[in-house]
Amino acid sequence: MHDTAAHRVTRWALRLIVIGYLLFLVIWPVALVAAKTFSNGLAPVIDALRQPEVIFAFQLTLSAAFWAVVINTIFGVGISLLLVRYTFPGRRALNAMVDLPLSVSPVVVGLALVLVYSGRTGWLGQSLEQAGLQVIYAPPGIIMATAFVSLPLVIRELVPVLHEIGTEQEQAARSLGASGLQTFVRITLPAIKWGLIYGVVLSLARSLGEFGAVKIVSGGVAMRTQTATLLVEERYQQFGVVNSITAYTAAFILALIAVIALIIITSLRPRRETSQ
Amino acid sequence: MSIKIAGVGKRFADFVALESIDLDIATGELTALLGPSGGGKSTLLRIIAGLEVADSGSVEIEGVNATGLPAQKRNVGFVFQHYAAFRHLTVAGNVGFGLKVRKRPRKEIAARVQELLELVHLSQFADRLPAQLSGGQRQRMALARALAIEPSVLLLDEPFGALDANVRKELRAWLRRLHDEVHVTTVFVTHDQEEALDVADRIVVINQGRIEQVGPPDELYDHPTSEFVMSFLGPVTMLNGHLVRPHDLEIETHPFDNAHRGRIERFNRVGFEVRLHVRLTEDETAPPALVTLTRAEATAKALDTGVPVWIRPVAGASQVRITAPAPTSAESLDLSPADSVPQPTFT
Repeated sequence: MHDTAAHRVTRWALRLIVIGYLLFLVIWPVALVAAKTFSNGLAPVIDALRQPEVIFAFQLTLSAAFWAVVINTIFGVGISLLLVRYTFPGRRALNAMVDLPLSVSPVVVGLALVLVYSGRTGWLGQSLEQAGLQVIYAPPGIIMATAFVSLPLVIRELVPVLHEIGTEQEQAARSLGASGLQTFVRITLPAIKWGLIYGVVLSLARSLGEFGAVKIVSGGVAMRTQTATLLVEERYQQFGVVNSITAYTAAFILALIAVIALIIITSLRPRRETSQ
Repeated sequence: MSIKIAGVGKRFADFVALESIDLDIATGELTALLGPSGGGKSTLLRIIAGLEVADSGSVEIEGVNATGLPAQKRNVGFVFQHYAAFRHLTVAGNVGFGLKVRKRPRKEIAARVQELLELVHLSQFADRLPAQLSGGQRQRMALARALAIEPSVLLLDEPFGALDANVRKELRAWLRRLHDEVHVTTVFVTHDQEEALDVADRIVVINQGRIEQVGPPDELYDHPTSEFVMSFLGPVTMLNGHLVRPHDLEIETHPFDNAHRGRIERFNRVGFEVRLHVRLTEDETAPPALVTLTRAEATAKALDTGVPVWIRPVAGASQVRITAPAPTSAESLDLSPADSVPQPTFT
C-alpha cells in the first residue's frame, strides 16, 4: 500500500546514504592516492620503484608476510583443531585469547613483544641475543609482530568449517584403516581446504598492511628493518615531490595488492559454497 | 564366536551408558541391538568398533583381544547413520578409500571397487560425488566402502534412520539379501522394533545400559521375559494385571469362559484394522483395554461403540505380569515406553 511514493523515497535515501558513506570514507580517499601517484605521469613512479630503499622495503614486507602466513597456517590449523575437536580445561580461555589480537591495538602488541624479546631489557631477549639471535629491531621481530596481529584470521575461518564437517568422516576414515596422518591429509585437509585458503588470503592481506606493531618492534631503519608501510610514513613526512611520489607509489601498490586479494577472495566465495 | 564382549562398562560423566555387558555374537550372524534412544546400544557398537573406549571389560574380535586396539587396526567395517560420506571424493573414491590407505595396487583397487559397486547397484554412479546421490544411494555407497576392506565384522549404527519410510523398507530387505550373499558377521543398531524383527537372526534388547533379553525375533516376540521387552517389541494393553498384545484378545458379544465383561467405549478404524477401547465392568477406573481385530471380524460380530462385550486372551497368548505402577491411560499403552518409537504398522 505504501509501496508507491513514500517507500520509493526511503529506498533511494538509503541507497544515497550508503553510497555517500562509502564514497567519502573509502572510494574517494583511495582514488586520490592513485591520482596523486600518477599526478606527474608514469616516469616518477618508475623512478620511485627503482630506489633501493623501496625495493628493499617491499622485499622485507613480502618475506615477513610470507613467514607470518606460514606460521599462522600451521598454528591456525593446529589451534582450530584443538578448539573444535578437544575439550580441555582452559579451552574457553584459549578461544577468547585467540581474538585478542583483533581487539588489542597493534601498538600494544609491539610494546609487549619488546618487553619480552628486547636484546637489552627483555626477559627472553637477553638470552636469545647471547645465543646470537636478535629479535627486536630485526626481521624475526617483524615476523612475530605480523604473525601476532593476523593470527585470528585463519582460525576464525577454520573453526566454523570444522564444526560444520563434524568428526564422522574422520571416524569413518579411521575405521577404514587410515592412520592419523592419512586421515588428516586425505579427509580433514580437503574438507577445510576452501576455508583455509580464504583465511590465508585474508591474513596475507592483513600482514602486508601491518603498521603499528611493526613500527615499534622494527625501529624502521631504511635498508635494514623498514617495511613498505613504514617507508610510506617516512617518505610522506619528508619534504619534496620525489619523496611524496615515492610515498604515494608505495601506498598505491599496497592498496593494489589488497584489491587483488579482495578479488581472489570474492571469486573463491561461490566455489566455497558449492563445494559444500 | 566372532565377537566376545565381557564385562564392558562405560560412563559419560555421571551418566552410565553401559553396565557390565556380556555378549557373544556368532560368526556369520546378523544381530540387531534394539532399544530406546539413549539406552546404550550405539555406545556398545562404537566400543566394538574402537571409536569409543570402554571404561572396563574386554572386546574380542575373531579370537583377537581388541580391547586396546585403535579403530584403524580392528578391521571392522562401520556404517554411520548419516553416511559419513567423504564429500570431496567420488563414489568410487569413497569405496576404494580403505584399500588406498592400505597401499594396494591401483589395478586391484579398481577391480574391487567395480565389483562392490555392482553388489550395491551403484556402478553407473562411480564418478559422481556423494552430494549428487540420494540418501539411500549414499548409504549403499557407505556399505560398499565398509565391505571393501573385507572386514571381520560389519557394524551399522542406525543405518536406515535418516531415510524415509519406503526407502528404509527397501534397504532393509536388501541388507538381508546382501547378508545372505556375503555372510559377514553383522551387528546393527536400531530403535525400530519392526526393523529388528524383520531383518535380524537374533535380537539383543538393550535398555538403560543393560541387556534385557537376547534371542531370535520370534522368541522375543512370543516369550518376552520382562514388561519392557514385551512393550518395546510391539503394542500392548493391560488385562487382569497382565500385559497382553491387543491382537491376542478374543472378543465376543456374549459371555464365554473366563472372559472379562466390558463395553466398547471407542471404535476406531484404521485401514484394514479396527481398534477398540473396551471399558471393563470389573474396574471402571482402570484404563480401557485395547483390542485390535480385522475389519471383517468386527463387521461379522456387529461390534460398535456402546455394545457390551466379553474379552479374554487367546490360548497361548504372550502375557507378562505387571509389577510396575500401571500407566494412566489407554493412549500411553498405545505407545511403547520410549517416546518417538515407531509402532509396527502390520502392513
